[in-house]
Amino acid sequence: MTTLTTKDSGTPGPLDVRQELYGAQLPSWAGKAVLGGGVAIGLVLYLLGTNLMLAALVVFVISLALPVWSVTVEGSRKATDRLVTVLVTSSFVLAMFPLVSILATVITNGTRVLSAEFFTFSMRNVVGEGGGIYHAIIGTLLITGGAAVISIPIGLFAAIYLVEYSEGNRLSRWIRFLVDVMTGIPSIVAGLFAYALFVLFFGEGVRLGIGGSVALSVLMIPVVVRSTEEMLKLVPNELREASYALGVPKWRTVSKVVLPTALAGIVTGITLAVARVIGETAPLLIIAGLTDSVNFNLFDGRMATLPVFTYSSVRSPGIPPEFSIDRAWGAALTLLVIVMLLNLIARLVSYFFSPKGER
Amino acid sequence: MAKSIDVSDLNIYYGDFLAVEDVTIPIAAKSVTAFIGPSGCGKSTFLRSLNRMHEVIRGARVEGKVLIDGQDLYASDVDPVNVRRMIGMVFQRPNPFPTMSIYDNVLAGQKLNSKRMKKSESDDVVERSLRSAGLWAEVKDRLDRPGSGLSGGQQQRLCIARAISVEPEILLMDEPCSALDPISTSVIEDLIHELKSQYTIVIVTHNMQQAARVSDETAFFNLSGVGKPGRLIEVGRTEAIFSNPQDPATEAYIQGRFG
Repeated sequence: MTTLTTKDSGTPGPLDVRQELYGAQLPSWAGKAVLGGGVAIGLVLYLLGTNLMLAALVVFVISLALPVWSVTVEGSRKATDRLVTVLVTSSFVLAMFPLVSILATVITNGTRVLSAEFFTFSMRNVVGEGGGIYHAIIGTLLITGGAAVISIPIGLFAAIYLVEYSEGNRLSRWIRFLVDVMTGIPSIVAGLFAYALFVLFFGEGVRLGIGGSVALSVLMIPVVVRSTEEMLKLVPNELREASYALGVPKWRTVSKVVLPTALAGIVTGITLAVARVIGETAPLLIIAGLTDSVNFNLFDGRMATLPVFTYSSVRSPGIPPEFSIDRAWGAALTLLVIVMLLNLIARLVSYFFSPKGER
Repeated sequence: MAKSIDVSDLNIYYGDFLAVEDVTIPIAAKSVTAFIGPSGCGKSTFLRSLNRMHEVIRGARVEGKVLIDGQDLYASDVDPVNVRRMIGMVFQRPNPFPTMSIYDNVLAGQKLNSKRMKKSESDDVVERSLRSAGLWAEVKDRLDRPGSGLSGGQQQRLCIARAISVEPEILLMDEPCSALDPISTSVIEDLIHELKSQYTIVIVTHNMQQAARVSDETAFFNLSGVGKPGRLIEVGRTEAIFSNPQDPATEAYIQGRFG
């Protein structure tokens, strides 16, 4: 307001212009100072024995001093900006908390058992110390691979139908709705479905690796359909028209123009869908069961998997329990690394396959 | 090569909506015909109906006849895919395939249809098409680079090269210069002059000077109101349309009084 009146008076000196452009500002070190002070106090409290969460809360409360200080000096607009910055940053830190905590716990506990033996031996005839998770790694890879083999074609073709062929008819609206419903299916229900299905053919008490694949694909298909559909929708219509105008039939347009253009996104979506189901425990507990031996045959008998192995190692560790619990941490760490590798692969694929321009 | 087009009593519908009404127009072989008119008057729709591209939109259909050298494009057993192989099209916005190199973009018509070609043969097609499109000198050293890395004008000429590499009889251009700067526009206009010796060219343009510069014949489309179908008002030699229009609406439009 005061700056406005000086402007109206018609004699703004150089100092006034500066005043008008910059306004009152906190010193540039203000943010760092408040945050640094807060973190220092929080650290001291933590070292003095305060609960970690309480110390973090103290840091948060202290950082709120920044907007309060700002409102007295800079006015409400900049104070709001600083307040929201503090809130957003705190939310980010809060979101990172469980992630970092889980990673740290799994890595510290899991690395203890890692050895060549751990990755190359099964649990056959092992009591107490020793043994490994070779059989569970094989089982997880085979069952998840089977799920991918079932889900990818179905999901991909369903998405192609929805985007390229359905033209928004009633059937496509129903498919979309059902896919959305399927995304929310509890994994245990998928397991029960697969179990009920295989009981029809093999009778009560059936345990098959392929049953696990079927259960996982029930969870995976909707994710593949949805992500592929979104990617196909992103392909500009002009490319389809360009292809039609060259006298290219529709199926070739879809397979040679639309799919390659969307390939990076589709592969990323599929990899993330695999990563999503590879850690499922409940359905595999029901239909794939658990065994101590290596089983390479999806169609014959029980198969161990990393999540089920982890679960049962903790649930019934035997006596003494330490070895079994250590192996469970090791299996959890292995699963985590596999998921990380999958995400890494997804990133590499989307980097190398995306259409390149010289931008 | 280069065939004539004869359109008689053509009505174009989107579902129940009559978009273009009762167009009768002869288009001579090896000539440039320009369609001008205000936005929404159906020039683009009519152009797209000439190679059945409008059928890509659901519910689009036509009544009437489009004869290419006497053959009806809309006869019941004609495959629209074959129609489009014969009648190429260049779009308003340059749309090279982003997954393909410059070389593959030129050959897209062949590659997408899985036509087998010897390397020497395809090299020839690429060079000939790029030369015809006036792009060869600029890109001959980087044929393996992505087509999307070219400038807008170069991309549009790449699209023209792609369209003529399949050796169509007729080339349709839907406002090919509206997204380009004046220099690129003039390059493409020169190109149209050269292509005229081999192809029948139909071009839609919003730029009346461009129509006057490039075309032999000009057709003026107009619509009587919002929601009414577009109609062909007048067609004739370009000089005649611009110097001595018969219809008052044509005169008003080319003098810039509306549109």
